[in-house]
Amino acid sequence: MAKKETMTINMGPQHPSTHGVLQLVLELDGETVVDAVPHIGFLHRGVEKLAENRSYHRALPLTDRLDYLAPMSNNLGYVLAVEKLLGITDQIPERAKVVRVMMAELTRIKSHLVWLATHALDIGAMTVFLYCFREREQVMDMYEKLSGARMTSNYFRVGGLSLDLPEGFEADVLSFINDMPSHIDTYEGLLTGNKIWQKRTVGVAPISAEDAIDIGLTGPALRGSGVDWDLRRDNPYSGYEDYDFKVITRDGCDTFDRYKNRLDEMRESCKIIHQALDKLQPGPILADVPSVCLPAKKDVVNSIEGLIHQFKIITEGFKPEPGEVYQGIEAPKGELGYYIVSDGSANPFRMKIRPPSFVNLQALPQMVRGKFLADVIAAIGTLDIVLGEIDR
Amino acid sequence: MSQAVVAKLKSAFAASVLEVKEHRGEVTVTVKKEDIVAICQFLKDEAGYNFLCDLCGVDYLGQQPRFMVVYNLYNITTKERLRVKVAVAEDDASVDTVSTVWATANWPERECWDLMGISFNNHPDLRRILMPADWVGHPLRKDYPLQGPDREPYQGRLS
Repeated sequence: MAKKETMTINMGPQHPSTHGVLQLVLELDGETVVDAVPHIGFLHRGVEKLAENRSYHRALPLTDRLDYLAPMSNNLGYVLAVEKLLGITDQIPERAKVVRVMMAELTRIKSHLVWLATHALDIGAMTVFLYCFREREQVMDMYEKLSGARMTSNYFRVGGLSLDLPEGFEADVLSFINDMPSHIDTYEGLLTGNKIWQKRTVGVAPISAEDAIDIGLTGPALRGSGVDWDLRRDNPYSGYEDYDFKVITRDGCDTFDRYKNRLDEMRESCKIIHQALDKLQPGPILADVPSVCLPAKKDVVNSIEGLIHQFKIITEGFKPEPGEVYQGIEAPKGELGYYIVSDGSANPFRMKIRPPSFVNLQALPQMVRGKFLADVIAAIGTLDIVLGEIDR
Repeated sequence: MSQAVVAKLKSAFAASVLEVKEHRGEVTVTVKKEDIVAICQFLKDEAGYNFLCDLCGVDYLGQQPRFMVVYNLYNITTKERLRVKVAVAEDDASVDTVSTVWATANWPERECWDLMGISFNNHPDLRRILMPADWVGHPLRKDYPLQGPDREPYQGRLS
């Protein structure tokens, strides 16, 4: 009888389908994966340590560098956590809340577009990539109009927003979400009924609902295993309770159902944005909490009181009373949580980020064991990981 | 609602529940380190906290005991959160692993060991996760320099 040996190979950290700098050490028996061990940390920047040494306002730009495909979701989680810590959650003006929801949903579409583009490209469907990036570019342009940056948005503020919407922005959003459903139909036309796509996704990288909860999967990946849980509906924040949307759940537990889930989520996001545009009324964009929020620019340049106010907040920051809060939001990739401890000083005493990708990636070995090597690529794609937030 | 769970927990582990605090509507229960696995198992089986959101360490340098390990739990059925904490002393910086209760705990515990230097007894695979394997020290400790070891202290403004 021939001697049976397994082979160990490295996949990454320089590999196009590991979506960044992920290293997988794969133990293979022919084409079959015996074990997969992820190695992470190549992108570790010490965001949590840095945040401990900055004031709350100045820690905000660190957050949009986590999941750089969904910067505004990261910002949103952080500002909500700090607002909860300060106890000013119910003082956020309506307009700010609506714009937050609108941008968070645009961000979801943007993030899912990159996911679909790269996932399809990894599996071998090149065309979808070009279409998705065409639409994503429109969201990037909106980001740029709004915040001046295409990725590092830093647009939300503790207490509201940094700037009001620029002129014509609502029309841009409206035309985008009016076109988006037909674009999604185009993607579906290229993929859903495609025999090759089905062969590569149906039944691939399965995980049962029980295992998924045990290993901590969240977001579309968990809802692909039939667990009906969405923080936007179940623990609403920023006024999500006032929007009418469906939580998309499928119980196929495989890559195909997770793909369908995300596509339908984009359609639901368009509906939420429609409702947000209807709700949008003129009004203040920053809470009336002078000890926390910066004064309006016109007050800073026209009055000494405004200048002193601005100076105080920039130099001293604000000091939440000692305590600790956890705020989770439904980011495009799953539950994004911020656990912030305050010791009464102007800096966060401890800021722990719960990145969805970090926990989701943990499920990868379980999903690929005993499967083909080619399915590892599909599994990485279906988990929708971003190494920026895994490594922090 | 969380208060009902706390009452249940208190009746089952009367001697182990040290402190119950509520801040901004969130309940935090501090428990004895020795019973953490039993308490977590109880919360999972009897109180339905089937989801471990997050686990992390906090360094209260200068206080006794120095560290806290924090478990943020979630109940997917009732959509409720609960926070459990244990105090960990510097000279015996170790806690029993809860990865036997929730498999999720595996990587966060590795991260806690890597960055905070709190080790987890009976952990299946306690290696560094974010820092290189041969790294010396635990960067998230409060006495670890921000700019890293063997470097001039940062001269600019920090906050």
